[in-house]
Amino acid sequence: MLRFAALLSACLTFALPASSQQADAPIQQLLQSQSDLILESSRRTIGPAIDALANSGLVAAQVVLDKWQTREMWVNEETGLFVFAEEVDRDTLRIFDFANGSEIGVVPDDRFDQLKPNSGIRGLIGTALVQFQLSDPDPDTRRRALDAIERGAEESHLAALRASLPTETDAQILARKERLERLLTIAYGATDAERIEAIQTFDGDLSVDVRAALNPLLAVRIDVAEALPSDPEVGRVLKPGSEALNREDAYALLVSANLAKPRISLADQRNALIANIADGQVAGIQVATLNTQEARDMAYAALADLGTVTAVATETEVDQLLANHVFYERYVGAPPEVVFAAQAALNAIENKVAINQMFDLSLDALSLASIYFLAAIGLAITFGVMGVINMAHGEFIMMGAYTGYVVQLFIPDYTLSILVAIPLAFAVTFGTGVAMERLVIRWLYHRPLETLLATFGISIALQQIAKNIFGTQARPLTAPGWLDGSLVINDIVSISYIRIAIFVLALLFLALFLFVMNRTRLGLEVRAVTQNPRMAASMGINPDKINMLTFGFGSGIAGIAGVAIGLYAKVTSEMGSDYIVQSFMTVVVGGVGNIWGTLLGATMVGFLQKGIEWFNPSNTLAAQTYMILFIILFIQFRPKGIIALKGRAAEA
Amino acid sequence: MTDAALPRRQPIALRFPSVMIFLAVLALFTVGVTILSEGFGIGVISTSFIKTLGKTLCLCLVALAMDLVWGYCGILSLGHMAFFGIGGYAIGMWLMYARTEIIVLESLAAAELPPTAQEVSDGIATQIFGVVGSSEFPPIWAFAHSLPLQLAAVVIVPGLLALVFGWLAFRSRVTGVYLSILTQAMTLALSLHLFQNDSGLRGNNGLSGLQNLPGLDEVPQATVSLWFFWASALALGLGYVLCTWIVAGKFGSVIRAIRDDEARVRFLGYPVESFKLVVFTLTAVIAGIAGALYYPQAGIINPAEIAPIASIYLAVWVAIGGRGRLYGAVIGAAFVSLLSTWFTGGQAPDINLGFYTISWVDWWTVLLGLSFVAVTLFAPKGIGGLVDLVTDRKSPNRHGADLGPDQGALREQEAEK
Repeated sequence: MLRFAALLSACLTFALPASSQQADAPIQQLLQSQSDLILESSRRTIGPAIDALANSGLVAAQVVLDKWQTREMWVNEETGLFVFAEEVDRDTLRIFDFANGSEIGVVPDDRFDQLKPNSGIRGLIGTALVQFQLSDPDPDTRRRALDAIERGAEESHLAALRASLPTETDAQILARKERLERLLTIAYGATDAERIEAIQTFDGDLSVDVRAALNPLLAVRIDVAEALPSDPEVGRVLKPGSEALNREDAYALLVSANLAKPRISLADQRNALIANIADGQVAGIQVATLNTQEARDMAYAALADLGTVTAVATETEVDQLLANHVFYERYVGAPPEVVFAAQAALNAIENKVAINQMFDLSLDALSLASIYFLAAIGLAITFGVMGVINMAHGEFIMMGAYTGYVVQLFIPDYTLSILVAIPLAFAVTFGTGVAMERLVIRWLYHRPLETLLATFGISIALQQIAKNIFGTQARPLTAPGWLDGSLVINDIVSISYIRIAIFVLALLFLALFLFVMNRTRLGLEVRAVTQNPRMAASMGINPDKINMLTFGFGSGIAGIAGVAIGLYAKVTSEMGSDYIVQSFMTVVVGGVGNIWGTLLGATMVGFLQKGIEWFNPSNTLAAQTYMILFIILFIQFRPKGIIALKGRAAEA
Repeated sequence: MTDAALPRRQPIALRFPSVMIFLAVLALFTVGVTILSEGFGIGVISTSFIKTLGKTLCLCLVALAMDLVWGYCGILSLGHMAFFGIGGYAIGMWLMYARTEIIVLESLAAAELPPTAQEVSDGIATQIFGVVGSSEFPPIWAFAHSLPLQLAAVVIVPGLLALVFGWLAFRSRVTGVYLSILTQAMTLALSLHLFQNDSGLRGNNGLSGLQNLPGLDEVPQATVSLWFFWASALALGLGYVLCTWIVAGKFGSVIRAIRDDEARVRFLGYPVESFKLVVFTLTAVIAGIAGALYYPQAGIINPAEIAPIASIYLAVWVAIGGRGRLYGAVIGAAFVSLLSTWFTGGQAPDINLGFYTISWVDWWTVLLGLSFVAVTLFAPKGIGGLVDLVTDRKSPNRHGADLGPDQGALREQEAEK
């Protein structure tokens, strides 16, 4: 049989093109020796084959791994020789020899099998390839190799990395390599001194990868002993029942160290009792009386005395055993000196991280404050300056956001559409505001409760109309591409461009408000009418017109704010009501009638909410709850807000 | 001047004929509904509609409280539906606990060993809090096993909350719209708190299955619904008498005066804050009781019921019915909530305009909002103002001037006499 096969293969080899393959080249011999493993192509067993190739020191090994990974390695079914090939067409291959990369010829593919490594094997090959790639002449390949090491470092990489350092020419890549070398030294360095030295070079480094390299060194295992051993590996001592080690876990440790009898769970105890019921009795105790835990403990103890169940530790025995043993942490991640160095480095890093986190939180709070400021600034005009309670203010924000959405339906370019949407949102909400002032609010001046109710009626009507037109699902308002991404200062501090844009917009609005109120004819007349309408009227100002314009101005600004908020949050018919209470709070906390007060109010509310969230990060609902409670209390102490108007203006 | 010199005051019933009329109408209505019901009568009215009517009576009761605090004392509270909800939660906790306890005891009775108290408690907790991923009783459920204690909570918790909140707010002279916004913020904070899963009240799942009375599974819902209907009617009747009694006496005069000119009343030497606090707390308690009667009929309570919008709707009912008169509040609540049920229940016929069909399920809220604006602008007396036409009651003729010294005070066309 064997001879027949040999004969057959000889015939077939004869049929091959003239340029034949070097079957005895070292690389081919190596491949043949690992042939079984390679052909089995299983992620579990392939390891030795890849290692043999990677460590062979043969130049051709890299080509093999490369081609293998990209599924260009084929095997001759008859001779078992490996080649790499490119497909000429569906049925024809142009095959090459691994030994020298020379073309063997163009052959039909029916006698060649393609090796199809799965993604797991390709990953392993990739890891093995790294050492070749580190010294590759192409800088992109070297960078990719470094990326691969960063994703999954292995001990073998350290030597390869060190070997590649002297030949590195690119300064940037060299810096990366050196950094990576130190990180790998921390994990795999041969001597403790070497590792400690590497750790110390990262003092105060904020990168996540440094912390990821240091943390495993601090790994501990909880051990138990009669007396505390004096090994240097022993870390802190734990008290059973403390946060780090609860009583149950401590006792389980004792049990697993064979230092104590097991305990039994209540369910197991119950099952054991049930299993031993005989004639309505358990160990002579009536089943009906077993409705308290004490009775059950007694019955179980009685069973244990009879020998039907194994004895378990009682509560007092548990206490005694726990008291008689000492529980401690043992460093298992690294030798103690390395652990201490890592601990010191981590402490320094943690401090720096905390400061940076505080900074990051402040940026977050600032951007939240600018959102509240945007939402409240229109209200600062209608409520703060005119004294009109407009419960439909939130709906103006919503109308602005929906205007932006509709504009984006017609203008696909996001930058242009936002530029169109802003004035259009102002126009739409200005118009609605003026109409509302003319039709409703002007009849209700000086009757604030009625204004509140009437504008609330408008608010629910507007909300429902929006729901009827746009449906209940959230509509997208997409920001222009140049607002995507975020400004990254370091691994901890970053802020998205859209938040910066909102912050800038809030500043612009503040400037606009100050300019209009203090530097224009309209602002002068608005202030005059607010302070004393009759006197203003006798000076030739038309109070009706001024009130109308002021209300329209406040509403229009709410519309622009709506576009900005829509970019950041979802656009729904209810988005206005999400902001209305907070907006009123902002204005009231800041002090009615003063834009600086609104600014302070928004800042306070923003920082407060982020501050509370910091204590309880998972729960924004709780943060809002506590913030509102705080504001309610704050108003107790400063009923007129942070900046209270004094003198005649306060009476107006 | 001595007491003897004062003219003898007539009994309340004679000074306020509306009380007798109201009680008579309520009694007739109750008897009529009972006769037409499925449970005890000829079965014309379905059980679900009995529940709707019973719920409406509870809403009338809370509207009565709102009228007392807003229409008479001038405090536009946007938090009374929160007190209403707290009452519902208080009774709901007992209903849910007791019912689950029966179920758990039944399932454990079949076990080989008699259950320990801890096993029963764990079983109930797992049943109730499984949906929020917990199996332990939060501390606020400490009294849930006891009906008397939870009934006390119906009164005490809203009362205490109103007392503390009112004391803080009135003490620092927060008035008018500021107070409204502050009460709205309180309501929002409460509902946001309840929306959390770890609030101990099942987060946004709320409490459910409240329509089943523990231990009374064999009593049909047709009967239970009538019991609650009668209880609601009785509570409304008592509430009406109580409110009338309050507004009829000197106390009522003082709170009306506070509404019209708070500063002047303070200068006259009345402790304005205390009067306001009493009214605020009392109405919160009434709201809590109304809620405790409402939610067993509704069957489910969740934090959305406490959202600020609910309290504003309450103000809408009172305004449409006519504030400053007790029957106005009752009429407003009954009229608007029943109309709302009719429109949103899909029973109202759609209007086909040719190019667009107005579906009332979608447009009812718009109509309500706009009619509310219209009532505020054109009919400040609300529906109750129609009564004045019948009784030929005239507003005082001040030739359009305001009654009070302040422009925000009661206006001529709103005044009763």
